[in-house]
Amino acid sequence: MTCRAKIRAEAETLFAAFKAAGAEAVEADTLLPAETLLDLYGEDIRGRAYVTSDPLRGEMMLRPDFTVPVVQAHMNGGAEPARYCYIGEVYRKQDHLGPRASEYLQVGFELFDRTAPEAADAELFALFHGLLAPLGLRSATGDIGILMAAVNGLSTSDRRKAALLRHIWRPARFRKLLDRFSGRAAVPQARVDLLARLGADTPDALIAAAGPMTGMRSAAEVSARVASLVEDAQTPALAAPEAALLYDLLTLQAPAKAALAHLCGITAMLPAIEPAVDRFARRLEALESHGIDTSNLAFEASHGRTSMEYYDGFVFSFHGAGDVPPVASGGRYDALTAVLGQGRSIPAVGGVIRPAMVAELREGAK
Amino acid sequence: MSLKIGVPSKGRLMEKTFDWFGERGVTMARSGSDREYAGAVEGVQGVELVLLSAGEIPRELAAGRIHLGVTGSDLVRDKLADWSVQVAEVAQLGFGHADLIIAVPVAWIDVDTVDDLDAAAAAFRKTHGFRLRIATKYHRLVREFLTDQDVADYQLVDSQGATEGTVKNLTAEAIADITSSGETLRANHLKILSDGLIHASQATLFAARSAEWDPQTRAVLEELSEKLGVQAKL
Repeated sequence: MTCRAKIRAEAETLFAAFKAAGAEAVEADTLLPAETLLDLYGEDIRGRAYVTSDPLRGEMMLRPDFTVPVVQAHMNGGAEPARYCYIGEVYRKQDHLGPRASEYLQVGFELFDRTAPEAADAELFALFHGLLAPLGLRSATGDIGILMAAVNGLSTSDRRKAALLRHIWRPARFRKLLDRFSGRAAVPQARVDLLARLGADTPDALIAAAGPMTGMRSAAEVSARVASLVEDAQTPALAAPEAALLYDLLTLQAPAKAALAHLCGITAMLPAIEPAVDRFARRLEALESHGIDTSNLAFEASHGRTSMEYYDGFVFSFHGAGDVPPVASGGRYDALTAVLGQGRSIPAVGGVIRPAMVAELREGAK
Repeated sequence: MSLKIGVPSKGRLMEKTFDWFGERGVTMARSGSDREYAGAVEGVQGVELVLLSAGEIPRELAAGRIHLGVTGSDLVRDKLADWSVQVAEVAQLGFGHADLIIAVPVAWIDVDTVDDLDAAAAAFRKTHGFRLRIATKYHRLVREFLTDQDVADYQLVDSQGATEGTVKNLTAEAIADITSSGETLRANHLKILSDGLIHASQATLFAARSAEWDPQTRAVLEELSEKLGVQAKL
């Protein structure tokens, strides 16, 4: 175990580098109102964050990350463009016995800029890449925006697109939906039975026959979903070529430059992804201008999908050897700023480094 | 040192546990008055009976304060992180059966599976502005089950009792609770999701991996195991 003083020193060095790169140092509370975070992240975060209660402020959470408080601070009157950096502990409950820390330092950098998002992506990645270069880490990148664009471009109902987009961060359920929408998986028997009964009866009659309505979800809400199930049953399966393209995209793994060539090839068949692919191309150009070799940069279209569900564009991570959390990770989260900004939004990209892991790697290298 | 065995301190669970051990030649009995939580074991030397609330037995096992303990398998799985690392399952006792399930109002004709619940949760959140609430006291088991199935847009709300009533009282839209006959569910106009079985629980004898197992307690365990016809792998 690396001692705390060494980790702190490592963190201070990284923090100084972030400030030297033009970021303004910001602070965040350690106790955050739980409601915002729970609403944003759901039960996943309740299982992993320390929730406590305050007699006056209600449910509070020990800071599970800095992104939310930093975004909130910026939305409350930060100038544009803005570069922020921070240093401090985050707290995560570990549900399995083992060496994973439940309290650790994070040093982070967040960049808010609406003029040239791809240049911002590249600036951030190059900054992290440069700082971490001596450690010989494996880096990985992705772009959830391409997958989102592909879903939006499918020739199917808006409802199906929305269902797929809602689960874009959950690969297993996404695939299950895709299997059903493309006719690869059978319709569940109960659904078949319900649709058959709807042939003879109205939804209201079936609801009344099922028993008394209890709870806050109203009969109108049940009827509305029944109507959507009927509509869905009449929606034709995804065209085979479209479905095939989406499956292809889910498994796309290649060096970034080769991935771009592949995506350009697909664009003719799935024109909706063109703007996203253009952004990808601009980002690679920007990365090249920072001296990053994109013909050797790992790219996976599905990278970052299982982590926090707020990334909606470029994502990246840096890994050491073994089954340990990434040394650094980050990504673009434009939609999050809209949720927290109450009507306002700003394109944003950010990332964090875990100095404890950096210190450990440096010690190991000695 | 004697081998400490934790047993539920009252009710059917206690009686059935005493019966199970008694049938195998190990007599357990409460000593003193009905209200005194003390007991004795006959048939094997060196066993100390500790009467505890069934809900506290998992914690006592994890802490190693008792060597063996009888409690519901649902409680061990819910209360202990990485339960199988902390305790060993010695024997399923064949009683105290109860299923931890997810139930929704019967009038939800559009919801039969966990998939449906997920979709209904999305629509509910859009309409009401908050996540669909599932009342339960089994937070870990329910969260793990729903996370494994990639369900979104729900939240767990704590309910330590009368959970079936939370839907009618508008403090939850669905529940996750244990049921044996399903009668309480039906009386409260709730139905079980067809794939909503989270865990089929029963009374189970567990051994604490972190308890102090000296040669003496190990010898007692061996003798006890032989008598009970079970094998304890620590």
